[in-house]
Amino acid sequence: MTSSALRAPISMIGQLTHGFFSAFGGLLVFAWDMLRSLKRGLPRRHVLVPILHEIGVRSVPVILVTGTFIGMVLAVQTFTQFKQMHMESRLGAVITMTLVSELGPVLAATMLAGRVGSAMAAELGTMRVTEQVHAISALGADPVAYLVVPRFLACVTLIPLLTAIADVTGIVAGWLFSCKVLGINSFDYWMYAEQFVTGWDVMAGLVKSLFFGCAIAIIACRQGFHCGAGSEGVGRAATQSFVYSFIAILGVDFLLTVALNTTYYLIWPNAVSLAVTGGW
Amino acid sequence: MSVRNSQPPALQLQNVSCVFGRQKVLWNLDLTIRQGETVVIVGESGCGKSVTMKVMMTLQQPTSGRLHWFGQDVDELSAAKLRQQRLRLGYLFQGAALFDSLSIFENVAFGLRHSGETDEAKIYDTVRDRLAEVGLAADIMPKFPSEISGGMQKRVGLARAMALAPDVMFYDEPTTGLDPVNSRRIDDLILSVRDLHGVTGVIVTHDLRTVQRVADRIVMLYPRAKLQDHESQLIFCGTLEELKQNTDPRVMEYVGDELTTTLRQSA
Repeated sequence: MTSSALRAPISMIGQLTHGFFSAFGGLLVFAWDMLRSLKRGLPRRHVLVPILHEIGVRSVPVILVTGTFIGMVLAVQTFTQFKQMHMESRLGAVITMTLVSELGPVLAATMLAGRVGSAMAAELGTMRVTEQVHAISALGADPVAYLVVPRFLACVTLIPLLTAIADVTGIVAGWLFSCKVLGINSFDYWMYAEQFVTGWDVMAGLVKSLFFGCAIAIIACRQGFHCGAGSEGVGRAATQSFVYSFIAILGVDFLLTVALNTTYYLIWPNAVSLAVTGGW
Repeated sequence: MSVRNSQPPALQLQNVSCVFGRQKVLWNLDLTIRQGETVVIVGESGCGKSVTMKVMMTLQQPTSGRLHWFGQDVDELSAAKLRQQRLRLGYLFQGAALFDSLSIFENVAFGLRHSGETDEAKIYDTVRDRLAEVGLAADIMPKFPSEISGGMQKRVGLARAMALAPDVMFYDEPTTGLDPVNSRRIDDLILSVRDLHGVTGVIVTHDLRTVQRVADRIVMLYPRAKLQDHESQLIFCGTLEELKQNTDPRVMEYVGDELTTTLRQSA
């Protein structure tokens, strides 16, 4: 291969690497600015409450639907496999464990990255394009404190709460489907769920959702604040917000799973849990 | 108009450059705005008029150069002091930039609340007075920006900027998109803000009627890309009379026919 033929892919790799680190650095700087604004004080109630309502209350229907279907799909999928091994009575353990430690937080966060994150990016992007963000600065206020901090706080507090709602809904939907449709004994469902799922697993899922909330808020707000001109720029900011949030959710999920499992085995070296496979 | 020469200039740009990617929008620009005067910045699209004004307001960080507010170097101000000093400057945005999610009352009260004012009665009185000054009745207060016309939005934007009693007002294309009646109304408001409150004005506009009606001094910028390295971007600075006498082909090209027509119409 000639040197000129090599130049194009190397240049592309260089550009991609530069783009990645540039975007990641920008995100860190934005997060730092947000934390500095947060340190100066909490947002006022009349600013925070509508955002809490928008992000929390208005996301409940989406979360209920998501949780319900995850629970039922898990029941159907697991039942088929477990029945072959005559272990269908343990459905409750698998559904509950999968929901609280992995699927509940990840799918709830993905839904919220779509519903809440994209909406935030579009809203802030529109405000930027129409100079409302500049107007906040011109009136002596800090746009990050006024626009980003309340959204960050709302996401960090409400996304774990919404995840908990999704978990409970999924477990209940899984139980109903398992017992009423698949014929699983209700006592077995709850007994195995209780036996295998520990407080650590529940906590691990909620810790993940806390980090997902941080990631969604910072990525969405940053995309909105740095969106391009016009309606095209706003649309791109909303789309990128979802894509970057989704990638961040998957990456953070992997890192946290490793970190939490390692921590778990450091604290309880001989413990057995479905959440950990013993490799870490 | 009273020019207080003993006082430091309201605003001063020294060797300010603004580069976006490879595009030099401003290059080594020097500009001084004296206290009490109304300066209109004109020039063809892309010459950096709005960027100049945003740099003066610190809404745009220059690539290099110094900015002084009332004799103070802005770079030497702490973040808190900068926010405090910024309250001496008001800005009317091209599209008014009213906050969609807030009522007209909350829009005008926004700056007051964020400057630490907590007395609701005082906030209400100030909002009502500022709206009255721009010719809007108190019954507009509960409405939202989407419920009022473009001309009214501009006036609310002006009331919002004036609520903090600034010493300097920036007007970014204040009459763009307005009918002649509303344009004249905005021009009158600019004059009344200057005459009643002694506010220094910086206006970016393409509307030569506005130039003729409100300008104490006119500054014309020229696109950097069309100039040689040694040439200044500021191709004219003077009064309306001096502008009419100017023989620079670049100045004449911009204002020639249009200014003559405007003056004839005004006469």
